[in-house]
Amino acid sequence: MYINCNGRQQPISDTTTLQDLLRELDLAPDNVVAEINTKIIDRDQYETLRLSDGDQVELIRFVGGG
Amino acid sequence: MRLGELASELKPGADVLVLNGAPTPADTLLQDKDICSLIKVGEIPSALEMERALEARHNPEFQHRFKRATVGIMGLGGLGSAVALSLVKIGVGKLIISDYDVVVLSNIHRQHYFIDQIGLKKTIALKKTLVRANPFVAIKTLDVKLTEQSIPGIFGDVDVLVECFDNPGMKAAALRAALQHMPETGYIGASGMAGYGSGNTIVSRRIRPRVFIVGDNESDVQDCTTLFAPRVGIAAHHQANQVIRLLLGIDKE
Repeated sequence: MYINCNGRQQPISDTTTLQDLLRELDLAPDNVVAEINTKIIDRDQYETLRLSDGDQVELIRFVGGG
Repeated sequence: MRLGELASELKPGADVLVLNGAPTPADTLLQDKDICSLIKVGEIPSALEMERALEARHNPEFQHRFKRATVGIMGLGGLGSAVALSLVKIGVGKLIISDYDVVVLSNIHRQHYFIDQIGLKKTIALKKTLVRANPFVAIKTLDVKLTEQSIPGIFGDVDVLVECFDNPGMKAAALRAALQHMPETGYIGASGMAGYGSGNTIVSRRIRPRVFIVGDNESDVQDCTTLFAPRVGIAAHHQANQVIRLLLGIDKE
């Protein structure tokens, strides 16, 4: 199973959640805005939302400072 | 009659003679229905004189767009204080500026505050400075800690919302709030401006129609030595420039 994440193919299993994906990419969930198939995902769904084969995922990661 | 003759009659000592929105030499012959503004350096201008001076600098059509606009600024640190000052200088009609913090010594190195403002609420301190730059901009201050839930209600009527937080979690939360609940509002976030790397890697990146993220997307204050005023300033003015572009109808798609 694969998703497209920020333009790149990323392998997933049938139990991979959004949070799992972020962990694999070494991204802190609090600092990320996630869009799956053009829908912005609520923060409290990151741990439970399972990814599906063919999902189009866009992640916007913020770093600190301002 | 020439412009200079009119100036001598109506405002002796006027230094800047503006004719139909542009600074104009004194020997210019006046025509029927010309609009003149006569400005004297050192004199506090009236609101109308200020408006005419800004029209002369920016062109009247641009100035009318700026004057009709409301811009929200979340966070008044290194980014927000500079964005706010830039926008009052160009004469944006209304600013809503928000921060819950006070000015401390460690802010002075990059934020638009002064030594004699240490201890003041940032909203109060910054407003004093902004009013000195242009007293004719409406400034609403909000001494509140913003949340993802409160942002759409507080800034629902702005034309452009500028995210100037320090904390990356709030940056993400604010963008999420804007994308989910404020789809018609221009939005300019920021990510990555720490250190003293090349200024040329700070960019304004479009991520949606009317939605931009400014920065190099990687220079985290935690990894780099610190935030330096010049590079933060580059990011802040990228943000302010993008505000202008959106207000002028550019980059809306």
